[in-house]
Amino acid sequence: MMETAAAAVQTMSDQDIVIALAGNPNAGKTSIFNALTGARQHVGNWPGVTVEKKEGFLFHQGRTLRIVDLPGTYSLGAYAEDERITCNFILQRAADIVINVVDASNLRRNLYFTTQLREMGVKLVVDLNMIDAARANQIHIDIQRLGQLLGAPVVETTATQKEGIKELVVETVGQAEKNSPEPLIIDYGKEIQEEAVKLAGTIIKNPILDNKYPAFWLAIKLLERDQALLEEVKDADSGNILAQLATSSQYLRTVLGDEVEAVIVERRQDFVSGLLAEVVENQNGMDERPTFSDKIDRIVTNKYLGLPVFLLVVWGMFQFTFGLGNPVTAWIEIALEQLGNAAGGLITNPFLSSLVVDALIGGLGSVLVFLPPILLLFLAISFLEDSGYMARGAYVMDRFMRCLGLQGKSFLPLLLGLGCNVPAILATRTLENRFDRLITIMINPLMSCAARLPVYVLFAGALFPACRGLVVFSVYLLGAVLAIVLARLFRRFLSAGESPPFVLELPPYRVPTLKGSLMNMWSKGSSFLRKAGTIIFGAALLIWLLSNLPPGVEYASRGSLVGRLGAIIAPLLAPAGFGTWQAGTALVLGVVAKELVVSTLGVVYGMGEEGLSEVIRLHWTALSAYSFMVMVLVYIPCAATIGAIRRETNSWGWTAFAVLYSLFLGWILAVGIYQVGRLLGLQ
Amino acid sequence: MAGSLLPLSLLPEGRQATIREIQSGPGLRQRLAELGLVRGLTVRIIQNDHWGPLIITLGSSRLALGRGMAHKIMIEEAGCTP
Repeated sequence: MMETAAAAVQTMSDQDIVIALAGNPNAGKTSIFNALTGARQHVGNWPGVTVEKKEGFLFHQGRTLRIVDLPGTYSLGAYAEDERITCNFILQRAADIVINVVDASNLRRNLYFTTQLREMGVKLVVDLNMIDAARANQIHIDIQRLGQLLGAPVVETTATQKEGIKELVVETVGQAEKNSPEPLIIDYGKEIQEEAVKLAGTIIKNPILDNKYPAFWLAIKLLERDQALLEEVKDADSGNILAQLATSSQYLRTVLGDEVEAVIVERRQDFVSGLLAEVVENQNGMDERPTFSDKIDRIVTNKYLGLPVFLLVVWGMFQFTFGLGNPVTAWIEIALEQLGNAAGGLITNPFLSSLVVDALIGGLGSVLVFLPPILLLFLAISFLEDSGYMARGAYVMDRFMRCLGLQGKSFLPLLLGLGCNVPAILATRTLENRFDRLITIMINPLMSCAARLPVYVLFAGALFPACRGLVVFSVYLLGAVLAIVLARLFRRFLSAGESPPFVLELPPYRVPTLKGSLMNMWSKGSSFLRKAGTIIFGAALLIWLLSNLPPGVEYASRGSLVGRLGAIIAPLLAPAGFGTWQAGTALVLGVVAKELVVSTLGVVYGMGEEGLSEVIRLHWTALSAYSFMVMVLVYIPCAATIGAIRRETNSWGWTAFAVLYSLFLGWILAVGIYQVGRLLGLQ
Repeated sequence: MAGSLLPLSLLPEGRQATIREIQSGPGLRQRLAELGLVRGLTVRIIQNDHWGPLIITLGSSRLALGRGMAHKIMIEEAGCTP
């Protein structure tokens, strides 16, 4: 088992120690992670899932400590994807030791998780974090006694002040050397205890399960009806375990007069209550008296003020991301253009020169232009999350978004999509629920980004001079309506129509640290650029080749590969009213970046931006122009968005789905609009 | 001991109550218990707009809870029990 664990954590020497951080959300796990690893961290994905995986390392007395930040969870059940990850990682003994980060002012719930870890027999160090806040509330904790009762050493820290971090490291390394402690045994009452022992007796006889899990723990989990473990046992069992489980469950239900699973959870809660009574001197500090955060919430989550406050915050974030980002993007473009000019001057061969200037430098540019808005977005998001506002925003929006088949946290990504879908799709990271996140990613490209606006402006200006504002607005509105309709549709197919229950902790407001936000921004931003940048750069290169081959053709002309491609797809576009090679070419190039649609039309019609409007009026009708606008709105997301979808869903299947459904939907709508319009006698 | 039970969703802001019964499937009940919402726990309503989720206290932390779930949590107003 250690071999698989070692393989999962890459190159390790004997001296390395793998430390996992586990704990409830909002317990300050991220601050501990940052305090331990500093800037030596890396963000990726857990294999096959969309959940973020953070790893970092630190050096301690000549040894490398590899720190894995597990997703924050309330329990070790099968409820959500992130719980499974945490549970599996710990069960596989992939870590030498676990640091359980506990919010010292919130002991009851946090220690419930600790109790579960110890029941699994996990070797751990309990880290009472944010101990300063607990002390300020007059909560005094007897850490010696707590350690004895839990069978794990207890350390106090305040991560944001770097207090206690050294002690935490020393204790963790010391503990990692020792043997695993015995699993914690909780008094579940005589009946459950006896049945669990019987069930454990059948588990021990199954070598696969016995090797993998502590038998008594597994017995309790099965009585608790943990779905994922039940599935696994069904596969591994020859019948004895399940038969015993059925008998025991039946018997216990009769004896206890209640669902077994509920009783188990309650007994575990009782154990935690007992712990608290023994180790906390003054439990009054833990009561529910109004706090400073409650006072802020009187305004921020207020029935009437909540929504305006939220919209103001989101507007501010939009301005921050795009308003501040766009000038920087413009500088990057200018700098790259000058670099291109300089390079072009040095290379005389026109083909080579174009390769370097348009393909390489241009391709680099198409990646770099996303850097400013993405970094700013991550900065803003981590600021909102660390301050505690993000949860309030989700609370305020939830009631509205629920009517649309989504949830509160989906709002922000959808709105950001109006600026650019790439950072918007990255912003879905704030959604913990996998289905909600997938749906929000899938519909995001329908929120019309800024790059598509020039297309609408050109066509509406040329063919709807009297009401172009209204026409452009109608396209945006259509996008939003489609997003809502598809969200409901996808929800029906993905999770049988059921929206997950809404439970969200509202953490106390805190002042975010600039360093923490900057570090978060950098690790997430750079990881995105590495992954999605490859796709964006590759697409830019491919399109350059298509536009300039065979050698000697004029850029994107009828004779170039892309021009021929445009001509090939033109008949398919004819039912939509724009079956020309020019339109086809513009749409093909638009897949790289929607900005290219207008400039390509300029090239293929042999016109600059000024004369283009005239030519469009000549070759297009109002009806075909509108169906083309709808096509541009819906069809295939741009390469950068595809890269972002691939990166964030961690799945080529979903990426292909996003490309295909949008292409199909766009075509159907464009054809529908054109054909219905013609039937109605419109031109 | 059984006073009149009513769903948490009907409790006005500022009131305290003790959870007596969670009338839902075992899955949801377990989920709530993991969060610390168990029978016998006393909670206070911070916000209840009678539309959308509620905000309640959970020890020293605050929890936003969907209305559908709050319908299934039966409570007894504090003060009625010894």
